[in-house]
Amino acid sequence: MPLDLFTVGDPIADTKAPMDVPIGERWSTRRFRARLVNPANRRKLTVIVVGTGLAGGSAAATLGEAGYKVKNFWFHDSPRRAHSVAAQGGINAAKNYRNDGDSVHRLFYDTVKGGDFRSRENNVHRLAEVSVNIIDQCVAQGVPFAREYGGLLDNRSFGGAQVSRTFYARGQTGQQLLYGAYQALERQMAAGTVEQFARHEMLDLIVIDGRARGIVARNLITGEVSTHFADAVVLATGGYSNVFYLSTNAKGSNATAIWRAHKRGAYFANPCYTQIHPTCIPVKGDYQSKLTLMSESLRNDGRVWVPKERGDTRDPREIPEDERDYYLERIYPAFGNLVPRDIASRQAKNVCDEGRGVGPGGLGVYLDFGDAMQRLGRPAIEAKYGNLFDMYAQITGEDPYETPMRIYPAVHYTMGGLWVDYDLQSTIPGMFVIGEANFSDHGANRLGASALMQGLADGYFVLPNTMNDYLADGPFEKVDDSHPAVAEALQEVQGRVQKLLSINGNRTPASFHRELGRLMWDLCGMERSEESLRKALDRIPEIRQEFWTNLKVSGDQDTINPTLEHAGRVADFIELAELMCVDALHRAESCGGHFRAESQTPEGEALRDDENFAYVAAWEWTPEGAPPVLHHEVLEYEYVHLAQRSYK
Amino acid sequence: MAVVTVTQPGQRRTPKAAKTSSVFKKVVMAVSGIIMVLYLIAHMIGNLKVFAGRESFNGYSEWIRTIGEPAVPAQTTLTIIRIVLLAAVIAHFWAAVSLWRQAKRARPNGYVTKKPVAQSYASRTMRWGGVIVGLFIVYHILDLTMGVANPEGPASTPYDRLVAGFSNPLITAVYVIALVLLGMHLRHGIWSATQTLGQSNKRREKTVNLFALVFSVVLIGGFLLVPFSVLFGLVG
Amino acid sequence: MTATREGASFASGTATDPAMAPHGMTLTLRIWRQRGPADKGRMVTYQLEDISPDMSFLEMLDVLNEKLILAGDDPVVFDHDCREGICGSCGLMINGTAHGRGTSGGPTTTCQLHMRKFKDGDTIDIEPWRASAFPVIKDLSVDRSALDRIIQSGGYISAPTGTAPEAHSILVPKKDSDAAFDAATCIGCGACVAACPNASSMLFTAAKVSHLGLVPQGQPERNDRVVNMVAQQDREGFGGCTNIGECSAACPKGISMENISRLNHDLLGALRAGARPKS
Repeated sequence: MPLDLFTVGDPIADTKAPMDVPIGERWSTRRFRARLVNPANRRKLTVIVVGTGLAGGSAAATLGEAGYKVKNFWFHDSPRRAHSVAAQGGINAAKNYRNDGDSVHRLFYDTVKGGDFRSRENNVHRLAEVSVNIIDQCVAQGVPFAREYGGLLDNRSFGGAQVSRTFYARGQTGQQLLYGAYQALERQMAAGTVEQFARHEMLDLIVIDGRARGIVARNLITGEVSTHFADAVVLATGGYSNVFYLSTNAKGSNATAIWRAHKRGAYFANPCYTQIHPTCIPVKGDYQSKLTLMSESLRNDGRVWVPKERGDTRDPREIPEDERDYYLERIYPAFGNLVPRDIASRQAKNVCDEGRGVGPGGLGVYLDFGDAMQRLGRPAIEAKYGNLFDMYAQITGEDPYETPMRIYPAVHYTMGGLWVDYDLQSTIPGMFVIGEANFSDHGANRLGASALMQGLADGYFVLPNTMNDYLADGPFEKVDDSHPAVAEALQEVQGRVQKLLSINGNRTPASFHRELGRLMWDLCGMERSEESLRKALDRIPEIRQEFWTNLKVSGDQDTINPTLEHAGRVADFIELAELMCVDALHRAESCGGHFRAESQTPEGEALRDDENFAYVAAWEWTPEGAPPVLHHEVLEYEYVHLAQRSYK
Repeated sequence: MAVVTVTQPGQRRTPKAAKTSSVFKKVVMAVSGIIMVLYLIAHMIGNLKVFAGRESFNGYSEWIRTIGEPAVPAQTTLTIIRIVLLAAVIAHFWAAVSLWRQAKRARPNGYVTKKPVAQSYASRTMRWGGVIVGLFIVYHILDLTMGVANPEGPASTPYDRLVAGFSNPLITAVYVIALVLLGMHLRHGIWSATQTLGQSNKRREKTVNLFALVFSVVLIGGFLLVPFSVLFGLVG
Repeated sequence: MTATREGASFASGTATDPAMAPHGMTLTLRIWRQRGPADKGRMVTYQLEDISPDMSFLEMLDVLNEKLILAGDDPVVFDHDCREGICGSCGLMINGTAHGRGTSGGPTTTCQLHMRKFKDGDTIDIEPWRASAFPVIKDLSVDRSALDRIIQSGGYISAPTGTAPEAHSILVPKKDSDAAFDAATCIGCGACVAACPNASSMLFTAAKVSHLGLVPQGQPERNDRVVNMVAQQDREGFGGCTNIGECSAACPKGISMENISRLNHDLLGALRAGARPKS
């Protein structure tokens, strides 16, 4: 690997998980060994939580209940709007209510395997253990999960699993879980334990004497840039899929908070691990502002196919059965349409590359409910998927009850994120990272219905237990704006805002964002190669250069200005994109969502290289111009045997 | 952990808050409305006596004034009915004005363009319709109850006043318009009262609305029978 | 502050797909522009050309804003985020109906309204939600935090983390669970308030009271919840409900009027049982 792109630093390791006990006892042991903070002292400790999604909302509420003084920041008008709200399918838990052989160990095993053996065993095992508590907690909050006639909770199966362990609330599970956390959070706000900072965007992290001590935030309504101090900072700001411009993330989802923290010293782990979701509504035109996902649960009853012949433009209903290629069922007889997301996505790309794609531009495959409608009847399909079918009809103007849906993969989730140890603490002491913003649990590919599980596990159960150990050393010395590190951070943020407003060039932030996204999708998307990544790495600095010389932001600083907000986020996406490409280039193997064209089996499946790449790549930021530093965290597997993933 | 309650001293005026709540006002409106509807039913049935002839109708009118005699003085029952009705009207009016003002405060600047999606003509005309019906009732009392606004004057019998009034197409027209407005008022009012008193649900919604419609049509039809019969000479 | 150029006219002209370009619609937009809470505000007219029928309504506004930015003008501020109809951020009064319900033909959020519902040459009026409880921040963006404060006053079940019993120890009849879910789908967009002739938030409050009142977990706090939430919505300056039904018709999630009846039922019961709002 050429050394001009990065340098290699010291290896890094998680030192918090108690390795002296078996894996099933590590979480309880860690909780026992972690120091506690007595209730009277908690009131003297302040914690900043950025974000109000499943992770941030549940953490802020739980820390507030525990008696800490919590300051909660978010950029929306209400905490209820965090993008967790859009998660559709469900949440996994090892309850084994179906008596179908599920267990904590099986959920652990499925998740490690689903992550293509690139996640930490300890973290994943803890996630599986805690999963059962999450369901209890949410039910107690009144989350209206789907139920059976006997009043018991219903379950369904999901991609990458052969058991039914997914709890759901029609197609709006994320919404209902988020509202549970949101209501708990509002209760704490009413009780005065959580102070709210709505419509505030974190623009920098304040690090003093090696500890995270606060943030610099901009009030999005008044434009005021201010500092906020605490004894610890929690980032729960979600993923960075919007680096691709078109993704299933909300328009506002961004990487600024984690990227700023990265530039202040937090390592960024596995940035190239992105998940492409197979069941999204295909792109229609240049003006398109976002992609819409339809729950993967659709693959439970829908069958995926393309015409056998290239360029077959007949109405799908007129294509006879023997001229259709149900390619997932053909290639993967055991899992069929329920193969994990990365595989389903890549096979869709393959058939489209062969010229057998359908719809505008040949970028789509059919998802057909014809058989299911015959087998179960339309009312059953309506009850299960009604809202998804309606959504499809509204967006495309086509009736999915009459004609097969067209779907195409879209960027959906980022497994990479800030590096954290078993305590969810980053490489900056006092800064914790939870939910999608960290890298911890999903390896190179996330299984369906696991994101909600991880977000709530981190926020309700993990962080509130591990954080005490750090806070037991507090309260830390009081700081204010006069500290040189604070003044420097404040000045840098203000300078940046001024700079963005003063370039006065000819291109909007959205135009740069679109260009970057297109480039990343083409060159660092579902399939990457050394050639494509080198091309991207040549091009990104040029985009960055043009951004800082030809950007146009109208409006002012001291008022609500979405263009200015967007510009700041695009600037960070451009830098992050470069790191993603460096990471993707250095990882010369295929694993999970990271598919390198050079590394595949003769049948075209992802080919891992465990000998050389069974590690977490944790990247350290270096000042302008110097290449990033790579720190290896070696992954060791005691309980799951490394094997090529097979879903055949 | 202990539940922290934020209590500011000097702000504990809870019962008042409960009674000025928008829902409380609606309950007042619903209950007073129901009282008036019950009266209207009796009034409508009583009116039909006109078809039994002059003697019967005047006798009925006299009977109302003497119910309970000699146990109680003359007009006692009627006075009680009148007091209850007056109280209902005042309560209804108070609730309406209060909610109207609350709505005004809640949206001081209206939309440049606003189109109804679900609103029926009946629900849209509740307020102005209510005012018009109120004014009509004043006129109606002056006309037929007291006779001061009647062509026959206060000294006449009720039957004569009725025939004299409704023989005039203009007066009949006033009554028809007012009664149709009242019918619409009732159609929305009955549905609204059911909602306000918490007695509606998805299953009942259709039934309640159908009942409100049929009830209003029958009641108003019953009332309209009299003026039309007079106008077309069936009663005279 | 940059003045908004009135009567600006733009062709989108960026379409590279030749099939799209010639079929675009020409539209006249009349948009409420208001610099801030203190500004009086006014309708400003813009012309847009080449709008594809496949665009969403917000994508059409994106096109306008890109033009405004390049012209050095202040773009139109509107709230939006997920653009898939679930976050509840977006909310515009379109041609006099909330979320363009009068144009869409079915329940919708603004982001899920597509331009194929409009015709070439149409004039479209776009206004913010109007209610004194929703003060305008700028242009089409309003402050809806009053709804959060209604939730704070009681829209939750007190279940501190870690206290929960095993999930299957609480059985919920499917009928109740489904009804609770239907009420719980409310996204808090505020269309009910915007559409209501009285600017009442009753449907929003009723949806939460219903959701939590229909499940067994919500029973202990049921009486206090309803009296406090109703008291809070009055305190926020919303209007009173007169059961007209504009709210339910405008609701993107089809929350039904029966929830309002259920709230009233609960409230009367709670008051009879002696529950009184916290001050």
